[in-house]
Amino acid sequence: MSTTTASSTEKRKAPAGERVADWADGRLGIYSLAKANMRKIFPDHWSFMLGEICLYSFIIIILTGVYLTLFFHPSMNEVEYHGSYVPLQGQLMSEAFNSTMHISFDVRGGLLIRQIHHWAALIFVAAMLVHMMRVFFTGAFRKPREVNWLFGFLLLVLGMFTGFTGYSLPDDLLSGTGVRFMQGAVLSVPIVGTYLSMFLFGGEFPGGDFVARFYSVHILLLPGIMLGLVVAHLILVFYHKHTQFAGPGKTNKNVVGMPLLPVYMAKAGGFFFLVFGVIAAISALASINPIWALGPYRPDQVSTGAQPDWYMGFSEGLIRVMPGWEINLWGHTLVLGVFIPLVIFPLVLVAIAVWPFIESWVTGDKREHHILDRPRNAPTRTAFGVAWLTWYFVLLIGGGNDLWATHFHLSINSITWFVRIAFFVAPVIAFIITKRICLGLQRRDKDKVLHGRESGIIKRLPHGEFIEVHEPLSQEQLHTLTAHEQNKPLELGPTVDENGVERKVKGSQKLRAKLSQGMYGEDSQIPKPTAEEYKEITSGHGHH
Amino acid sequence: MKKLSARRRHPLAAVVVLILALAATGGLYAAFAPADKAQAEETSQSLAIEEGKKLYSVGCASCHGTGGQGTTDGPSLVGVGSAAVDFQVGTGRMPAQQPGAQVPKKKNIYTQAQIDQLAAYIASLGAGPVTPTDKQYSPEGADIAKGGELFRTNCAQCHNFTGEGGALTKGKFAPSLEGVSPKHIYEAMQTGPQNMPSFPDTTMPEKQKKDIIAYLDAVNGEKTESPGGLKLGGLGPVSEGLFAWIFGLGALIAVAVWVAARTAKAKKS
Repeated sequence: MSTTTASSTEKRKAPAGERVADWADGRLGIYSLAKANMRKIFPDHWSFMLGEICLYSFIIIILTGVYLTLFFHPSMNEVEYHGSYVPLQGQLMSEAFNSTMHISFDVRGGLLIRQIHHWAALIFVAAMLVHMMRVFFTGAFRKPREVNWLFGFLLLVLGMFTGFTGYSLPDDLLSGTGVRFMQGAVLSVPIVGTYLSMFLFGGEFPGGDFVARFYSVHILLLPGIMLGLVVAHLILVFYHKHTQFAGPGKTNKNVVGMPLLPVYMAKAGGFFFLVFGVIAAISALASINPIWALGPYRPDQVSTGAQPDWYMGFSEGLIRVMPGWEINLWGHTLVLGVFIPLVIFPLVLVAIAVWPFIESWVTGDKREHHILDRPRNAPTRTAFGVAWLTWYFVLLIGGGNDLWATHFHLSINSITWFVRIAFFVAPVIAFIITKRICLGLQRRDKDKVLHGRESGIIKRLPHGEFIEVHEPLSQEQLHTLTAHEQNKPLELGPTVDENGVERKVKGSQKLRAKLSQGMYGEDSQIPKPTAEEYKEITSGHGHH
Repeated sequence: MKKLSARRRHPLAAVVVLILALAATGGLYAAFAPADKAQAEETSQSLAIEEGKKLYSVGCASCHGTGGQGTTDGPSLVGVGSAAVDFQVGTGRMPAQQPGAQVPKKKNIYTQAQIDQLAAYIASLGAGPVTPTDKQYSPEGADIAKGGELFRTNCAQCHNFTGEGGALTKGKFAPSLEGVSPKHIYEAMQTGPQNMPSFPDTTMPEKQKKDIIAYLDAVNGEKTESPGGLKLGGLGPVSEGLFAWIFGLGALIAVAVWVAARTAKAKKS
């Protein structure tokens, strides 16, 4: 590296490692890359590792998926089963099902790999959702990270559909029912529905094509796009640097944490194996998608309890609770009972995805934000997030309404009605409650800053009064509790200009001002304690 | 003999003679008639019916009427057959504890002999499906795979892929078939209890019923193995999703917290 050492040891041959590194640097420029990134700082918080769980489970899915492709036959040719699972002997099934049975029972390690692949997929999407919620509730999506928020959102949606095409591949009775469900939704599209369905399935459902088509979508198209998005997502994380929670010494212009090398290399590398270990352990312990118990798909058969994997559960809920409305006009049927859920399905996801843009429009904030919000300090955003989660969970209840009915001894009809009403009401209630809780927590923070921490020590004053001693917070704690910014609600200004002429205010600006009032008005945040308030209380009469 | 001849013109003499004659004829008949097996069975059968009627009056009559004709609280039992009684009472469903969407199974408090007596009484009210014999429902030698196909075609839409049960409308449900004896499964198919449709031999021959029983025994019996590990109730993606969230992501977040807590912290000065 340095010229002095190079000249002093001219005669001596450099060690092998150094020579390899030199060789590579001459061609790839790795030294400058390493120099720029080896000391890259990452802040430490457990919630910053949720994205890592996603990344690692994604890698695990790719690794196990490659193994599965070696044995899976994406074909719908009909064959007779003669493998080692007795209760299906002699049954007719597609080659896809047959080869999945072969993987499960006759390929060494096949079942374990299949289960790792499937469990990792469930965990992957779950981790993406939780990661997204972490980003949402801490406001990490704000400038400059809006694009990365969208990349992440796309990954979630693509992950859902990769999962769907994946679990449909074995052509078992459960997934076949799911594909039929999807086909029904496609059919409900006005005018072009039938055409679309014929196009997707190469003729009437189920035809002989969809497994092969889903296969290329599942192993090539979607994961290819996802891999590209993951790389872009990570490049942007590097480029933007990681966000951090407020604290002493942490500013919008620095990152306080540990360097990539060696600390995070070791941590992240170790964490990969921990994630792999946990998923492998779960896969070794618990069965998932036991296709042998489900049987091969036949369009004339169906089972109760036919649900999709959890991440598609909310779409199932939409369909299950939707009244079976239908309009017949001039010999054409408009199946609103299916079409409306199909329209709401993307809207559920889009509702959370557009929030960052709504928020930035309302605040008009063009600054960069690298310090995270505590959820309580952004009550409207937090309340919106909780309302969305509530909405999502209500739909999940709808999707599993039969199991709620059998396991809690309820009537499935009552659950359906509950979901129909809660679909509209529950998010509102959740919003109001969450906002109240946030404001309450803000008040508590304010109280703590001004009056200190409750120490639990009761003191009796000479005149007989009992008081609890409050311990003042440390300077660090005071900083952490008061570091957040508080937005001021947008004012539209006077309705007339200086000449007394009525000023024209655009409708969108009025809406913006209204939303801003709602988000940052008096009822939506507790003014944080000022230095003057603090001084006045702490200087004067001491504790009380 | 004087006394006897003195009373032979008594107005009741003829009656007495008649009674004696009848008693003698009956007695002689009973003594000399060939007392074959059928005869003995019929006697015990009528005895069983008698006993069954007594049990019926205590346990069932309040809802099904004193003669099994049914009331507003319970359907008529005329023609339901002994198989229905054996199923309903044998699984503890009847006598019902309380009215409701559906009568669940519970602990059976009758002995098999008592159930047979009840069944005999109900069967005597009108012909119906007969309690099957061991030969009819024993799954031995049946075609398991064929049974699976039949099960998925006829039963799975309510009872789930492997008979774990499922929900029906308004609080009714198709119960889990785990641990249900072959005899009761056979009887349920034959008689169609509660919300279940019946599958008489004309639509589902005995052989097919056996196949289904054999399939259930293979995939949801005592000796069934779950090759993939914990079965998670055999309920499909809902329980799998719950498991993935709680034990999968839950464990991973716990690990993340652990890893994040173990860091090379700079010493505070």
